Amino acid sequence: MGLAASHFLSDRSIDHVVFERGEVANSWRRERWDSLRLLTPNWQSRLPGLRYEGPDPDGYMTVGEVTEFIERFAAVSRAPVRTGVNVTSVRRTGDGYHVTTSHGEIHSRAVVIASGACNQPTVPPFKDAVPGSVRQLTPFGYRDPAQLPDGGVLVVGASATGVQLAAELKRSGRPVTLSVGEHVRLPRTYRGRDVLWWMDASGVWDQRYDEVEDLTRARRLPSPQLIGTPERTTLDLNALASMGVELVGRWSAVRDGRALLSGGLRNVLSLADLKMERLLDTFDEWAKTDKYADKYAGRYAGRYAGRYADGYEAEAGPPERFAPTRVPESTRLHLDLRSGEIAAIVWATGFRPDYGWLDVPVVDAKGQLQHEGGVAGSPGLYALGLPVLRRRRSTFMCGTEDDARAVIDHLARYLAVRR
Amino acid sequence: MTTVANGVNVQALLDAREVLKGAPEAAQFTWRASATWQSGVHSTIKVQSFFGLGQEQSHKQEWVFEADHPEVFAAEDEGITPIEYLLVGLASCLTGGIASVAENRGIQLHSVESTVEGGHDIRGILGADSDVRNGFNDIKVTFNIDADASRQEIEALVAQSQKRSAVFDALTNPTNVTVEVA
Repeated sequence: MGLAASHFLSDRSIDHVVFERGEVANSWRRERWDSLRLLTPNWQSRLPGLRYEGPDPDGYMTVGEVTEFIERFAAVSRAPVRTGVNVTSVRRTGDGYHVTTSHGEIHSRAVVIASGACNQPTVPPFKDAVPGSVRQLTPFGYRDPAQLPDGGVLVVGASATGVQLAAELKRSGRPVTLSVGEHVRLPRTYRGRDVLWWMDASGVWDQRYDEVEDLTRARRLPSPQLIGTPERTTLDLNALASMGVELVGRWSAVRDGRALLSGGLRNVLSLADLKMERLLDTFDEWAKTDKYADKYAGRYAGRYAGRYADGYEAEAGPPERFAPTRVPESTRLHLDLRSGEIAAIVWATGFRPDYGWLDVPVVDAKGQLQHEGGVAGSPGLYALGLPVLRRRRSTFMCGTEDDARAVIDHLARYLAVRR
Repeated sequence: MTTVANGVNVQALLDAREVLKGAPEAAQFTWRASATWQSGVHSTIKVQSFFGLGQEQSHKQEWVFEADHPEVFAAEDEGITPIEYLLVGLASCLTGGIASVAENRGIQLHSVESTVEGGHDIRGILGADSDVRNGFNDIKVTFNIDADASRQEIEALVAQSQKRSAVFDALTNPTNVTVEVA
């Protein structure tokens, strides 16, 4: 995101510098597991002035490929990146910000915070009550199943991270239990196209932050149960159950060395099924409109054929409905963490941003940056790369360009007025 | 929003939500009940005062409940069984939630009926088998709802009501309970 901001700052000849604590694409290099691929198909991988031009537009980039893609973007855009520089403090001064880094101090009229929403894994406080014999990992520390001791694994959380790691660990031959709270169920493909094609084309992803009914909720939504695989497989809870993963309710407490699990699993499954159905209804309604017919089916389709491989050539298939999530006959309400059944716990319980270095009062009691579409409540302070920052697509790579352009537009106007 | 008349003052609830976002201390409530043993396994429970919004509060009147056990338990049946009060709480909490969510979503309700069944193996409380728990093994709630809404919308009402239900949470998640002698 910092590189995209830099792209638009360069366009406007605004003098700037991008600080990167590690190397370019650092979090992709150091804070992701080995098998991860992007959730978005390659044809959606685009940054300002750069789009995917490889042979597999419907595929999903590996971590290595994402890193290369971002490196290429840094090179093409000639961004003035200073790598290996850690920002330790940003303080408001009379006419801007005083920025202290591991490599000295600078003064800046404006600051764009592009460090993202996933700086630290979130783990519930009762992790401390887990017996020491059980190995605990977060997605930052997890690389592959071989790292874990033999024996059962309890994966906590059913976001993209949780379902992907549960599947991978199950395939490694371990008994896997998945603790499921509220989650977002999605099929990988719908009516023959990637479900994210629908999010993109139907305009769902274009919904602006000020149009979203419950913005707080939208910004806290877990990542959808998707995985990028060459086979374009769906990885919902039915798929996991078929693999033999045991589903249990949300983990709510530890008492006497036992994990106490919610008896409310059935309802979170219903909520996710109902929400998915409503989303698919939205797609189907949109597919009946002229917009769809003009753009994607029939008339103009030939013109787009081959340009964006996914979808543009042919009409989508008929509407589909998926089987409801199968509710286990009875779910366990507690797991004895001292019995040896569970050798390791993987906390896929989300991430949070880290603003420990930001000495400007724009962070709320929950640790979230307060902002209006990327404009923070302190003059000249901006944010990029946060969930639903300006639109629902904000945290996906294809949401980068519009967000960065809009935020840098605002920043440029701010600087012009103050000049 | 469509005007509907389910009788829930949703605006007041939405306003309270906004106010309490910035005043978590005012959101701290303490609910109370006081019980007096009568005889046998019969007791009388009275509920009137509670604490909330930073001060003592009171129901408009004192409500009195009788709890006993049925004759098959060799009791006098002066009131319902304590565990049945959990069903009373769950049904009323979910029903109120459905009305509130419906009001908020502009859905007119015509009738909301439900039955709640709690499966209970009484060998637990009798001490007949130490592997059997004392409480419910499972609870099943069945709603019959007549409303100006699709089946999908009605299912969503019921799901959202569970998501925001105090009693559903209290029954499905553990609660720290302290019992002491004053």
